Amino acid sequence: METNTVTERKVQQRSTTKSKTKKVLKEMYKNKVAYLFLMPKLLFFFLFMLVPIVWAFILSFQEFNIMGSTWIGFDNYITAFQSKVFKVSLWNTFLYTVVTVPAFVITALIIASLVQPLGKLSQSFFRAAFYLPTVTSMVIIAMVWRWMYNYRFGIFNYIIGWFGFEPVNWLGQSDSALPALMIMSILIPPGAGIIIYLAAMNDIDQSLYEAARIDGANAFQRWLRITIPMLKPTTLYLVILSTIGSFQVFTQIIMMTGGGPGNATETIVHVIYKTAFRDFKFGLASAQSVILFFIIMIFAIFQYRTLRDHH
Amino acid sequence: MKPKQVNQKVGKMLIYITLIFMAIVSLLPLYWVFATSLQLPSYQNETMEEPVNYVESTPPKLYPVGVKEYFHQWQKREAAEDAGNDTQAAYHDEKMDEVVTKTFEGFVILFERTNIMKWLLNSLYISIVTTVAIVLIDTMSGYVLAKKKFPGKMIIFWAIISTMMIPEQVTLVPTFMMVQKLQLFDTHWALIFPSLALAFGVFLMRQFLLAIPDELIEAAKIDGASEWKIFWTVIVPLAKPAMAVLSIFTFVLMWNSFLWPIIVLNDENLLTLPAGLKTLQDANLASFKLLMTGATVAAIPMIVFFLLFQRYFVKGLSMGGVKQ
Repeated sequence: METNTVTERKVQQRSTTKSKTKKVLKEMYKNKVAYLFLMPKLLFFFLFMLVPIVWAFILSFQEFNIMGSTWIGFDNYITAFQSKVFKVSLWNTFLYTVVTVPAFVITALIIASLVQPLGKLSQSFFRAAFYLPTVTSMVIIAMVWRWMYNYRFGIFNYIIGWFGFEPVNWLGQSDSALPALMIMSILIPPGAGIIIYLAAMNDIDQSLYEAARIDGANAFQRWLRITIPMLKPTTLYLVILSTIGSFQVFTQIIMMTGGGPGNATETIVHVIYKTAFRDFKFGLASAQSVILFFIIMIFAIFQYRTLRDHH
Repeated sequence: MKPKQVNQKVGKMLIYITLIFMAIVSLLPLYWVFATSLQLPSYQNETMEEPVNYVESTPPKLYPVGVKEYFHQWQKREAAEDAGNDTQAAYHDEKMDEVVTKTFEGFVILFERTNIMKWLLNSLYISIVTTVAIVLIDTMSGYVLAKKKFPGKMIIFWAIISTMMIPEQVTLVPTFMMVQKLQLFDTHWALIFPSLALAFGVFLMRQFLLAIPDELIEAAKIDGASEWKIFWTVIVPLAKPAMAVLSIFTFVLMWNSFLWPIIVLNDENLLTLPAGLKTLQDANLASFKLLMTGATVAAIPMIVFFLLFQRYFVKGLSMGGVKQ
């Protein structure tokens, strides 16, 4: 008796799951147009995003060989962390990020705060002036900065000469090369940041300022107590975005220093590039990429947490 | 005027001065690109004992010397003509020609002896094809994900969106291997196809199309329009503002893309502008004048493009900022 009901139930279950899949299939058939519309995107997404992501993880546990790769467990990760160049590149990228990201966000905030109270015409003029240098390819920017940093003919040594400083071999010395790249990054205006801040500032409810004015708050107090707190989501967005960007610093390196002198300006992506496409160690390069991925993730989550909670 | 008003006026003046100073500093490198591209290389006139290369002079010349020298020679020629000294006038006339030729010689050398024209066309071709393709397929998928109900919709949507924050460097090696497997290495498809996998456009188009009322689509359906017709006659016209933003961003992204082109392109005839500029610099034969001329040729299209479509740049960036 009992066994009978159990089988009955099983049969029932099977038929319900069967009818469920049937229903889903029917539903899918009814909506075949939707899938057709999605098809091209899904095709490229599958081939050039989904598969590569999974593949990157798989490769990182393999030693790549054209004749056939072999599984080597965590060896690539161990090799990566034992390599001096990779460790230096982690440290350099970290330093670069810690210096340039706050500079990017703070400069953007200050410029946007100065531009915002001006008229519409001035706003769009300065927006263009500050954004223009950032639509130009980084390759061009890097080429001209390399020229400006030139020891003998560069404009930088000329300018510091006005203030009585001796010429500096900016990119040719290991102690000044990384700072030179940081200075460059800081002096490139944060165009996108300014535009995003301006849009957010224009959205702040004006009645807040009115109320504060009635309470006798001066312009600086209003900025500190209303503008800054109201901009927090924007600041968070910019910090995370520029951190991700800063961890990927590459073009300046390959165009200006090639990671040198010594390893003074090696960065993670430049090391990945060299490992993969100069040494053809695809497994090791994938492990380095996965490490970069996790570092960026951890940073983003950490920043999200602290900036969200902290007032 | 009350002292408070005076204070405000002075404050505003200070703000303008600060901002203008900052704007000048930020535009200086671009100016330096243009100025160096027009700088006078190895030139000698009647007052100089030996030729001077103004591109590599200490202290650096802050403006293209040719401009000043041209007017100098012009004045000298006028004076010689007034004095009736024909040989003198002919000499200065020749010098004027020399100044013009030498000022622009970078552009002549660049277009005659390098592949820059090809690189320019390659960049243009790749950027346009990718932009058209991305806008089309992302509008199609954004529409379906915003307005249709079907099994697996949310899984597909989240699968695509979750890749938005993954940097391209993470998948560099496997994407390269994929490109080789599909035998696309050293072709322009190697640049175009992987870009079509990007998530940003789908996100943007879906967000935008969510706001479109369903009634418009229903009405078209009742009129007996096919899905494809609805897409072209109802959705596309409404989606135009978002499509414009997406076009601009894709175009700039492709035009400036650097890391991927230097990996998958080998043939010098196939390079894009940034990759081509790198080969110019690597060759170590080109003078800084020539390099900066190349940089000028690469920078000008983007600057014009930006000035024409500034509105959409601002709109796109603001959209990005609001989404948090």
